[in-house]
Amino acid sequence: MSSSILWRGPTVSVPFHGRTDEHSRTVIAALAARGLQAVLVALIVGIFSFVMMQALPGDAAYRIAAGRYGYDMMDAASAETVRAELGLDQHWTAQLADWISALAKFDLGRSLVYGTPVMDEIAVQLGHSLLLAAGAVLASLLFALPVGVAAGLRPGGLVDRASLGLSVLLRAIPFFALGILLILVFAIRLDLLPVAGFRGPEHLVLPSITLGLGLAAVSSRVVRDAVTDAMAAEWQLFSRTKGLSTRLTMFRHVLRNAALPVVAYVGVQLAYLIEGVVIVETVFAWPGIGHALVHAIFSRDITMVQGTALTLGLLYVALNLCIDLACRGIDPRTRAAGRTGPRS
Amino acid sequence: MLRTLYAALCVAITLGQGYAMAQNKTDLTLAAPWEVASYDPAVSGFAFQRLQLMENLVDADTDGALRPGLATDWSVSDDGLTWTFELRPGVTFHDGSTFDASAATRALNRAWQQPGVLRKAPIGSISEADGAVVITLERPFTALPALLAHATTIIPSPTAFDDDGNPVALVGTGPFRVEAFTPPQSITLARNDAYWGPVPKLAEVTYLAAGRAETRALLAESGDADMVFTLDPSGYARLQDVESINTIALPIPRVVTLKVNAGHPFLSDARARRALSLAVNRDGIATAITRFPEAAATQLFPPALNAWHGKGLESLSHDPDAAKGLLAELGWTVGDDGILIREGERFSILLRTFPDRPELPLIAAALQDQWRDIGVELEVSVASYSEIPAGHQDGTLHVALYARNYGLTPDPIGTVLSDFGAGGGDWGAMGWKNSAVAKALETIAATSDMAIRHENILKVVRALHSELPVIPIVWYQHTVAVADGLKDVVIDPLERSYGLGAISWKN
Repeated sequence: MSSSILWRGPTVSVPFHGRTDEHSRTVIAALAARGLQAVLVALIVGIFSFVMMQALPGDAAYRIAAGRYGYDMMDAASAETVRAELGLDQHWTAQLADWISALAKFDLGRSLVYGTPVMDEIAVQLGHSLLLAAGAVLASLLFALPVGVAAGLRPGGLVDRASLGLSVLLRAIPFFALGILLILVFAIRLDLLPVAGFRGPEHLVLPSITLGLGLAAVSSRVVRDAVTDAMAAEWQLFSRTKGLSTRLTMFRHVLRNAALPVVAYVGVQLAYLIEGVVIVETVFAWPGIGHALVHAIFSRDITMVQGTALTLGLLYVALNLCIDLACRGIDPRTRAAGRTGPRS
Repeated sequence: MLRTLYAALCVAITLGQGYAMAQNKTDLTLAAPWEVASYDPAVSGFAFQRLQLMENLVDADTDGALRPGLATDWSVSDDGLTWTFELRPGVTFHDGSTFDASAATRALNRAWQQPGVLRKAPIGSISEADGAVVITLERPFTALPALLAHATTIIPSPTAFDDDGNPVALVGTGPFRVEAFTPPQSITLARNDAYWGPVPKLAEVTYLAAGRAETRALLAESGDADMVFTLDPSGYARLQDVESINTIALPIPRVVTLKVNAGHPFLSDARARRALSLAVNRDGIATAITRFPEAAATQLFPPALNAWHGKGLESLSHDPDAAKGLLAELGWTVGDDGILIREGERFSILLRTFPDRPELPLIAAALQDQWRDIGVELEVSVASYSEIPAGHQDGTLHVALYARNYGLTPDPIGTVLSDFGAGGGDWGAMGWKNSAVAKALETIAATSDMAIRHENILKVVRALHSELPVIPIVWYQHTVAVADGLKDVVIDPLERSYGLGAISWKN
């Protein structure tokens, strides 16, 4: 089904080497490139976040003591205790060197504020963030795909114009207000879902929909544009001309072509989500990594900030890899298999 | 297809709820704004104490009167320097290990090394002798038992620490033990059937930290949380109209105050501080911002602090004209832009506050407006609260707005002494010297003679009222929403306990 004439854009012609070898070689090359990228990202992110934390105004010992002991117990004496305990009066280069040498042993250290291992905290929060991100993307696709495809098939039609209006409206509502609105309707009026917390799958529904609606506002337009483009392409006309039914054209060609920009865009959205939509996490009392990162920055929890930034950096690398591989799966041109000629 | 799914979901949820209602409810969900992220009593002890996960040697009732906790009795030597705490026998930690003097001294020594209330007392040593805990002092300090009722002096099991002394688990002696801990958002507790006292009726309790006041109010309204602590004014008003919920507002010994740098040339004269105080419309702030008109502060210590609330004191009043008169006496004249000028200097000062308590920046804005009326220009800086002690230490602070808890321990002397004793305190007087007050506070801390205490407390309260090293603005109300079906709910004004041990559901 991978006929190069059926794909829009320039045709890639690659000499024939035997499909499997070539395929696995490029996959390994992609993996190796991303692996190298991961190491660089770890170092750069760690050093940058450290330097940025050092550059913030205010005395770190005071901020850490505030984060630890709360305003009822925090005072200058507790700040001095923190300074002595954590060795904050050491030169910053010594502190950074400590962190990097610990990192080489895969040790992210302990949270300066809570005393717990950074790795443990991140494991809990990252898990919750990934769950929420997956829920949000799923929710956004559930809204965006049907609406986007329907709008894209008849550009300028009723669905297209109505969904554009709705997109603008949804994008304009802050997540905070949308979240509260959904709680009021589904948890208070209809009493169908819980307000906040994270005990069961039902707790995932409202925060996912809150984020999903906001994401769908944009991604439905991306889907719509991709479908419109695909429908207007010459290969679409060709496949109809050669006798394929509307349904087959739709599923074999239009959706597959339209999927590429959508998958790439979902990748971008996922990155944005994992980083955490802090306000949604706060409204729904969801223990996510974005919320934790903001708290860590406020209370100058340097090891926690470094560890979180590092994890997010590596996650982006992994995410890029997944998106690359997904796009390779969808688009045979990047796989560069040497077969030519239509099969459909 | 979707419609069928949705209908099935609705039916399932309704059935699930019906099933849950038919059972005798023994679980409870509690929502509060405070996140719990650490195993360390010095950091998160307040939550472990309120949830009755860990206990103190000394307990206190809701009036602040001390009563036995893990210690059954305590006594002090005649010279007031050696305190002995007899321990309750037959108590075990949640993991089955025995509570004894060695466990208690380990926990207290650790608490003493960490920032916390024990630093307020002149402690010489904490050791065990004949199965009791013995604390020696460098000079008499009668409030020591009150400090041992504070959250930072709770007793975790020695098994809750790793070999390096880092806290790694939540093991206490309380009526509830930890079932699950998801920092920073939630703790699930189960009844401790081996508890030494009355075993709780609730089998399971879930604590949920919900940072947004809107979320907490909605959790209460939907019934997702059965007890919700600390509501914002609009949430409180809304919940008053919900039938299935009882709302409670309780005055607590927390006070919104203005710390004033009495060492600053504009503010060193008590008349200047009095003028700033007279310009504050406390009724307006209490009505419009905190929305409990009766909580406008008439003096520093609220009625909840019994002995420290001066009965005969003249209330702090709002009189901008008198304020202008006092400032004119001090040589200030009104400049072209309405701001006071003296010897070429404008009366312009900076106020530091923080957003963790959402009403503080609003009150700061109100003060900005009210002080402008008497010709004082106020800039407001909203940042980390650590900027306040930092500004105290480096002397750059002018005025600061914060909420101070004088009920931190059942006897407030520890806090008052560190705030207004010799040299002032990070969260109290700054650049203010009053040796009579410092001496009276030392006397109060050292004596157990009630008459002498009372006489000196009166002396302190009067001096603070007339010299205003800190300017009180409003007292706090503790707001709670409780599900109608709960009984034996007791709200502790000292915020030491959620009272879960006694609570049950009506049948």
